[in-house]
Amino acid sequence: MSIPADLKYTQEHEWVRIEDDVATCGISDHAQEALGDIVFVELPEIGRVVAAGEAYAVVESVKAVSDVYASVAGEVIEINEALESEPEKVNTDPYGGGWIAKIKMSGDTVELLDEAAYTTFLEE
Amino acid sequence: MSAHTYSAASGLQHEEPLLFEHAHEAATSISLPGIDADTTHLKDFERRNEAKIPGLSEPEAVRHFVRLSQWNHGIETGFYPLGSCTMKYNPRVNEQVVRLPGLAHAHPDQPQDSLQGLLALLHELQTWLGEISGLPHVTLQPAAGAHGELAGMMMIRAYHDARGDVKRRKVLVPDSAHGTNPASAVLAGLHTVEIKSAANGRIDLAALKANLDDETAALMLTNPNTTGMFESDIREICELVHQAGGLVYGDGANLNALVGIARPGDMGIDCLHINVHKTFSTPHGGGGPGAGPVAVNDLLAPFLPVPRIEKHEDNYQIVHTGEQSIGAVFGSIGQTGVLLRATAYIAAFGRNHLHKIAEDAVLNANYVLARLKEAYHVPFPGLCKHECLLTDAYQERHGVKTLDIAKRLIDLGMHPMTVYFPLIVHGAMLIEPTETEAKETLDSFCDAMLEIAAQCETGDTSELHDAPRRPIRRRMDETQAARSPVLVWPQD
Repeated sequence: MSIPADLKYTQEHEWVRIEDDVATCGISDHAQEALGDIVFVELPEIGRVVAAGEAYAVVESVKAVSDVYASVAGEVIEINEALESEPEKVNTDPYGGGWIAKIKMSGDTVELLDEAAYTTFLEE
Repeated sequence: MSAHTYSAASGLQHEEPLLFEHAHEAATSISLPGIDADTTHLKDFERRNEAKIPGLSEPEAVRHFVRLSQWNHGIETGFYPLGSCTMKYNPRVNEQVVRLPGLAHAHPDQPQDSLQGLLALLHELQTWLGEISGLPHVTLQPAAGAHGELAGMMMIRAYHDARGDVKRRKVLVPDSAHGTNPASAVLAGLHTVEIKSAANGRIDLAALKANLDDETAALMLTNPNTTGMFESDIREICELVHQAGGLVYGDGANLNALVGIARPGDMGIDCLHINVHKTFSTPHGGGGPGAGPVAVNDLLAPFLPVPRIEKHEDNYQIVHTGEQSIGAVFGSIGQTGVLLRATAYIAAFGRNHLHKIAEDAVLNANYVLARLKEAYHVPFPGLCKHECLLTDAYQERHGVKTLDIAKRLIDLGMHPMTVYFPLIVHGAMLIEPTETEAKETLDSFCDAMLEIAAQCETGDTSELHDAPRRPIRRRMDETQAARSPVLVWPQD
């Protein structure tokens, strides 16, 4: 299972890459593996203001429909529209082509785990 | 292990094309009448292209549907241990009862004094469901379990609003809940907060307390919950919610574990829907009709939907008035055909024997659990209620997952258990044998499950990954079907 060291993770199995005040978000390799084949991603609207921990997207797999929670508070400034026609990118490339949204951060975040802490969390 | 003849062994099963593939132009068995109207009021909606009705002779049409029906698996063709669904056998006598002319041909708008027999039976059902649930006021209107949930949440909302407590819009839902629970709450104009389960698969009291406040409208819970375990803190849970000013909604999906033994109303639940197609043996699936009566306590009684059936001395009446009622949630008093089957089923057991349903259902589930608990991982050890929960943790080491196990069961002549639900358990397999299965049937199922587990240990798992091999359709590509569904036959 892949857990890149340059990203931060949440206990809800989202990942976030923070560059200046923009956070790129998606779901972790563990999350996509647990969900199985993703068949649909409901993306948030651009301009939506989300609180940290708020459900802002939905991923649907053959097994289940799951909320995706915002790891940071802020405004959605970009969404990965490619997922509308190719939701499988969440499975094949969760940290790259499978990103879900970019959020312009307003400050607040949920508890963010580094690679080591997320690995420990998964082991528990 | 003894040798088995599995019921799915193979036989003459016909491949069957779509009707459109069969069709030959102009060879229909039906002579349609000519058009006798010169004009229509359809204007822009008038059909512009010819209706492409498949041309088939009567025997071709009959064979098509009979062949398709032979692809079905139902409780009458084999074991059907679908967890959380209570796929019990539907006694034939129910069908006889509901076909009695005076019941089958009744119309809701005929004079009420000519409906007294039907109304008496439905009123009896209301009374019985009230007694069984411990919640004496009952509506028979809702047309399905989730419809009952919606009606219940609308009543709870109306209750708070009638008290001027209009900020109560939050509904707490455990993460083990049926997916319909949060959906029903949202449809009733409320919003939901998920409560994490504790490590033992039950409601975490600390998490519940942390989320209770003066905005809490209700807690929705299922008891036994979807892991098959009894919420042993149920009295304390209900007290906590009531102290915070909220109400407790019970999802009656798992009532089969309690019927005749314990009553949700006595546990502190204020409102409960009852899936008569589960506990009371009316037919499942097929898109309906269904029925999901809702039973409530005195607090919620004023808000029950109308019309209701009331008894005034010796006369039964359909009553349409109710000052605080949430109104009608169905076109009439309810799906009478389904409700009468439930009435017949309850009457067949009678007050003194209804408890045997729950006892045998729980016994059967624990028998299966006892036979399988070494070969399969049990996430929440201990006695279960009417269904037992296993996971694929041991088989996953050999590359075999829950889906493979389920598909292999089809080869062995059985409907698979519920898989990947509840969502909180990785690789879940939820098995509900129900009380109507003989020990021999349970043993066949357990033998099949043990055979699959043993097959994993041999290292040769190809038969599992390829399963099912025997039915007319092999393993479906569920991913492709969901990503690129083809829903319309291309006509030209």
